[in-house]
Amino acid sequence: MKYNNAYNFDLYPKTLRWQEGDLTATRTTMWSGPGCHNGCQLIFYTDKDGKLVKVEGDPNSPYNQGRLCLRCLELPEITNHQDRLKWPLKRVGERGENKWERISWDEAYDIIAENVRKFQKETGPESIVSMMGTGRNVSQALGQNQYANFGGPDVCLAFLSGDSCMNPRVALCYVMMGNINVADMSQFRENRYEDDSEWAAPENIIVWGNNPVVSNSDCFLGHWIVESMKRGSKLTVVDPKLTWMAAKADTWLRIRPGTDAALALGMLNVIINEDLYDHDFVEKWTHGFEELKACVQEYTPERMAEICWINKHDLVDAARTYANAKPGCIQWGLAVDQSKIGISTAQAIMCLVGICGNLDIPGGNVLIDQSANLNFSYGCGIDTLEPGMREKRLGDDKFILKTYGFGSTSQSDSVLEAIETGLPHPVRMLWLQSANPIANMAQDAPRVYKAIKSMEFVVVIDLFMTPTAVALADLVLPAAMSHERDCIRVWYDPLRTLSKCGTYYEAKEDEQIGIDLGKRLAPHKWPEWVNTTRDFMNWKLQEGGVPWTMEEIEAEGGMIYHPFNYKKYEKGLCRMDGEPGFNTPTGKFELFITVFEAFGNVAPSLPYWEEPPESPYSTPELFKEYPLVLTTGHRSFEFFHSEHRNSKTSRELHANPLFDIHPEAAEKFGITEGQWCWIENRMGRFRQIARFDITLDPRVIRAEHGWWFPEKEAAEPTLFGVFDSNPNNVIPQFEYGPTGYGAPVKSLIAKVYACTEENSKITPTEQVTKLGGFGYVK
Amino acid sequence: MSNNTERYGLLIDYEYCSGCHVCEVACKKEHDLTVGQWGIKIHQDGPRQLDNGRWEYTYIPVPTSLCDLCADRVKGGKLPNCVHHCQAGVMVYGKISELAEKVDKDTMAIFSR
Repeated sequence: MKYNNAYNFDLYPKTLRWQEGDLTATRTTMWSGPGCHNGCQLIFYTDKDGKLVKVEGDPNSPYNQGRLCLRCLELPEITNHQDRLKWPLKRVGERGENKWERISWDEAYDIIAENVRKFQKETGPESIVSMMGTGRNVSQALGQNQYANFGGPDVCLAFLSGDSCMNPRVALCYVMMGNINVADMSQFRENRYEDDSEWAAPENIIVWGNNPVVSNSDCFLGHWIVESMKRGSKLTVVDPKLTWMAAKADTWLRIRPGTDAALALGMLNVIINEDLYDHDFVEKWTHGFEELKACVQEYTPERMAEICWINKHDLVDAARTYANAKPGCIQWGLAVDQSKIGISTAQAIMCLVGICGNLDIPGGNVLIDQSANLNFSYGCGIDTLEPGMREKRLGDDKFILKTYGFGSTSQSDSVLEAIETGLPHPVRMLWLQSANPIANMAQDAPRVYKAIKSMEFVVVIDLFMTPTAVALADLVLPAAMSHERDCIRVWYDPLRTLSKCGTYYEAKEDEQIGIDLGKRLAPHKWPEWVNTTRDFMNWKLQEGGVPWTMEEIEAEGGMIYHPFNYKKYEKGLCRMDGEPGFNTPTGKFELFITVFEAFGNVAPSLPYWEEPPESPYSTPELFKEYPLVLTTGHRSFEFFHSEHRNSKTSRELHANPLFDIHPEAAEKFGITEGQWCWIENRMGRFRQIARFDITLDPRVIRAEHGWWFPEKEAAEPTLFGVFDSNPNNVIPQFEYGPTGYGAPVKSLIAKVYACTEENSKITPTEQVTKLGGFGYVK
Repeated sequence: MSNNTERYGLLIDYEYCSGCHVCEVACKKEHDLTVGQWGIKIHQDGPRQLDNGRWEYTYIPVPTSLCDLCADRVKGGKLPNCVHHCQAGVMVYGKISELAEKVDKDTMAIFSR
């Protein structure tokens, strides 16, 4: 049955703007901040003063089809929030005292330019590093500003150990098949679902290591899967917790966190040994099948099921169901990246996709590039670096995938190391654009806090005064929100425009900050005619050979779909030379990764299983003291990572940090439901409220991330309570795999005990800001 | 019962309600409701395991006494805000009699306002 098709389309013209009563309606794309990874189309309603009054989902949008999540619906509350940063602020007290002086943008630019010139002169541009948060609409502004204006080669996600969010999967896919791939829900065509002449609902969708309806990660709307379910798709869900989707699934694999690779290897064993694979695809298009076949023999379903804490029957059943589905599809998520063996995990899962013939077919996993192939990501502007500078990128000397450009960012742990040790060169200035690392992205947050404290000059550009800004910034600059920006979006397809329809005090578009600084610092690196963000967009479109201007895309309804083809490897659409095959050294889909071998066996060429660094089996003695497996990083409907903690509506629905625990475990450890508890390991501790969950393995607990408390005092030692409930107090840095990717975020061990007055006298934030940390860091 | 045919309401296919809170927030914003007040509220059953090993885990949005089926929006030709934005596309607005005709499976409920 078709639903939600009763919109009155007379009220929703396909034009950019119209008038509705007293309000101006602007039909455009949303992209954080605040927000998420997606680019839904919506209608912003602004009053005569340009103030955002309400939003509606755009019924004409093929992407979100009129629907929106709660975070977009509460946008007016956030965009007009009294606590938003309104103008540039200069620190006047000590870092952490929260004492600021309002300054003009010109003064701010002068301070930045003076510092940049000083560091450039004294220790070279490489002593300046720029970082961002996840999936933000700043990568192009960040890259262009860092490379062209500052002249340094380092851009990365803010202290995300092992770059462990999507980047491992992306790097793996590039070495394995020369492309990214995405679960196909017909999203790359304007006509969706049955209106697409080729798309077919997958018979089986494996939802692997994410909860799509909540997370909507990696530019994928989770409810597309719900639409596919309505059209007959059956689910297999791999998750330590029974998510809503898991309850609807035919098979739920409640795996031990961090054992995804073991599960995938066990499934490969079944599919290969039971001869369920796609012989045609394997023979024509893959490299290394015999090696893979030999490799998976040791990964028997019996042994892998035992490792994963699931039963063998379910593993075998899931393998058979996926292999027999025509088509079958895998929607993978963050859990894949957030393990030390993230690359191997991704490889094992992609081997499943490949050998079952589900690659680049309707309803399978499709190959996709950035829209119009524009370099609008971390690498935007990298060709403006002076000769010899690119080679100084941190981590490139250690990690071959970085050296040869398979990874587009600096290796985050290596940046931390350079800040701490001054090696291989000093890092003195940090530029944080829409990133709040000590609240969210930085593993071992107390260590990162201490490292940044030692830096000479730190600039934070954000929407609100964050814990990171209070503790560490010398300058805080206000960023424009989505509807206050002119921009284009190229993450996959369609090519979309963001059309500005409001302003807020002196908040500026990220690109404008780069343009303004360019005039001061490096005018020769910018075309003279680029003065506004619109100019910036049109310049990049022109540079990328796109035949449209931003205005022309807006005239087309603000989005343009490129023709989307399936089985591109058959049609010569994947390789630079136009030959059929994949863009890899062998021209094949590489089950055995030749690049790893060619670079001197920098990493195993075949997927493998290895226990997490700390686990019931790798550190059994330690597990006696910390007898629970702790996983974290899952999303909530109400928040995007550390955002939305100052939104009244989000907090009404979700007031405090919650961790999930099985009632049996709770009883064992003397915990009642709703009680504040300490979660602790050898590194430190944090506190959250116990929520009972009978669907968990009693040996597993599950904690939330990203919590800080805007309602609390900003100044240290309170610092918005940023370390009080922060699982990054107990997650290490530098536990990446052989390629520099991956981190054990999802597979830790810990103990849990109830908070008492006696054991809560010193909060973790006081411990870190006043008493020097938990005592385990160097 | 002839009056009922002229009543309006919401048809909910709760097999696919994911519990995403969108109807709650859409309503709250449209009606500018204060903290603690809701015009529609999602109720949750489960997760609990059935004797056959499968799981019951169901959400269903229930309109409250504050729901006016978005009279102002509807007058202007639009859908109620919850129906417009429901991410799972499980809500239909219409005359009760027409909604009843759409009921073709288990897990469907009609709320009359």
